[in-house]
Amino acid sequence: MGSDNSMKVLVPVKRVVDFNVKVRVKSDQSGIDLANVKMSMNPFDEIAVEEAVRLKEKGKVKEIVAISIGPAQAAETIRTALAMGADRGILVKTDGEVEPLVVAKILKAICEAEKPDLVFTGKQAIDDDSNQTGQMLAALLGWGQGTFAHSLELTDASAKVAREIDGGLQTVELKLPAVVTTDLRLNEPRYASLPNIMKAKKKPLEEKTPADYGVDATPRLKVLKVSEPPKRGPGIKVKSVSELLDKLKEAGAI
Amino acid sequence: MAALVIAEHNNQTLNEQTAKTVTAAALVSTPVHVLVAGENCKAVAEAAAKIAGVEKVLLADNALYARMLAENMETLILSVAEKYDAILAPASTSGKNYLPRVAAKLDVPQISEILKVVSADTFERPIYAGNAIQTVQSPAGKKIITVRTTGFKAAAEGGSAVIENLAATADAGLSKFDSEALSKSERPELTSAKIVISGGRGLGSAENFKLIDKIADRLHAAVGASRAAVDAGYVPNDYQVGQTGKIVAPNLYLAVGISGAIQHLAGMKDSKVIAAINKDEESPIFQVADFGLAADLFQALPELDQELAKRGY
Ligand SMILES: Cc1cc2nc3c(=O)[nH]c(=O)nc-3n(C[C@H](O)[C@H](O)[C@H](O)COP(=O)(O)OP(=O)(O)OC[C@H]3O[C@@H](n4cnc5c(N)ncnc54)[C@H](O)[C@@H]3O)c2cc1C
Ligand SMILES: Nc1ncnc2c1ncn2[C@@H]1O[C@H](COP(=O)(O)O)[C@@H](O)[C@H]1O
Repeated sequence: MGSDNSMKVLVPVKRVVDFNVKVRVKSDQSGIDLANVKMSMNPFDEIAVEEAVRLKEKGKVKEIVAISIGPAQAAETIRTALAMGADRGILVKTDGEVEPLVVAKILKAICEAEKPDLVFTGKQAIDDDSNQTGQMLAALLGWGQGTFAHSLELTDASAKVAREIDGGLQTVELKLPAVVTTDLRLNEPRYASLPNIMKAKKKPLEEKTPADYGVDATPRLKVLKVSEPPKRGPGIKVKSVSELLDKLKEAGAI
Repeated sequence: MAALVIAEHNNQTLNEQTAKTVTAAALVSTPVHVLVAGENCKAVAEAAAKIAGVEKVLLADNALYARMLAENMETLILSVAEKYDAILAPASTSGKNYLPRVAAKLDVPQISEILKVVSADTFERPIYAGNAIQTVQSPAGKKIITVRTTGFKAAAEGGSAVIENLAATADAGLSKFDSEALSKSERPELTSAKIVISGGRGLGSAENFKLIDKIADRLHAAVGASRAAVDAGYVPNDYQVGQTGKIVAPNLYLAVGISGAIQHLAGMKDSKVIAAINKDEESPIFQVADFGLAADLFQALPELDQELAKRGY
């Protein structure tokens, strides 16, 4: 561990509804209507893959392993990571929703087998908006964490992470191995080129199940219903700045 | 048993998100205790003791907690966890940082960003950028919860809780604070301001944000931004309002040069009154705005400034 071109990075990538889609709640309130909805890699995970690939290009990292826990189609999400520059993939097949704690337990087992120096997760999956998997993984492994990473600097045995916090930026120094969760400003992910998409098809992709890691994937939280958020009443258009101020005054807003 | 609320503070003042989290906590389990972890933060503990409904304040005053690093917060909270059936923190970047570690170590799921306590074990929380609301029931055992504080009123003052010292846990030795660069502003804080004025890509530059600042100063408002404005470097990252930024619900939210993407709406659509200025008549922001002005912001903002001055703001 530590010296140049010897590090291994694990990047968990989640298959989610594309960020451009406005989801619809099913009329029986049992969940979200996912029929014919465009799915993509969670945008924060693209940032995580990009960061790992850049470190590999700089000669700091030797191997990048992309992992997804989900349905068979999550293999596509892993292929996208491979096309961006990851070296191999692990698909842990599950049916139905997996909770962050379950994901963290599976990732923990994978980390124990793979012994990475770093794990890059997204700060948040844009479907469940949980913002917890990376932190849970770090705790289960007894590792340090740099959440909401804005920038990352690697030295031999440590990582300096500038974190996007409510008041601005905070920089922490982490002992390796560690978990880093990505925020929007860390980098701008690349698009995979066609030749790289073709090459990715030949990269190794292992298939596993939660049972292979001794993890029970049954959700523990019971979802009683999924409903529409309250709707706002219709608004009006005003013609001028002074009419706007009149209306705001009437509404008690200023 | 009891509920434990982890206080949000900067070692000097108690952030009002704490009193809001106390309100949520009291609906889950009573009595409510507050843990203040920090360094030289006695004043914070004294402020927490005055929150109505708080029975006890645990004060862990030690250099180890000066920056509330997640790894040491984890062991500190775990050292008292067995006495509580619910542990709650505001869904701030701080709460989101340490609380999932506690949940993982206790082997329970964390319930993130609750909007509402339906009953002691059932909660509403937003998913898909707030386009759906999930009602979830927690399994038996401890409940670990982060609270979206815009959904709860702050508990009043008037309490007189006892303050008890809590022994520090050993340094986890996994992370070290290096430095911080905090945004300084005389304006009210984004998440607690009564009026928020946000600018988007339409502003075009950092310099042009001064047009927003001027209006904000007249209305004693906080200044926010869209992701596009932050990414372009017009304003710092902590200005970002949205699904993956700050959640605000002021009396008035004025969006200027912001198109109204799903991710932006997620952070402001619970504001009492929404107004928008955008030169594009068809902009989606007008679908959520109570009052929409289709105009060029470079004309409208200076005019707004003058009109406010004329009206004595
Ligand atoms: C994972 C992920 C997370 C995200 N999280 C967030 C988030 O938390 N918050 C967030 O805001 N976004 C977020 N986004 C980004 C979001 O999808 C939009 O890209 C972003 O909100 C757009 O910002 P904008 O409205 O300023 O820019 P644009 O969409 O480019 O809109 C600019 C607007 O300004 C108007 N305009 C231009 N010039 C003028 C003028 N002279 N006068 C008046 N109006 C003018 C235009 O008509 C246009 O409507 C996220 C995206 C992803 C993928
Ligand atoms: N099913 C999954 N498969 C792979 N990675 C996941 C999965 N769920 C969560 N993650 C990772 O954890 C991050 C945070 O997710 P969450 O805690 O659900 O918001 C994501 O950005 C991913 O990096």
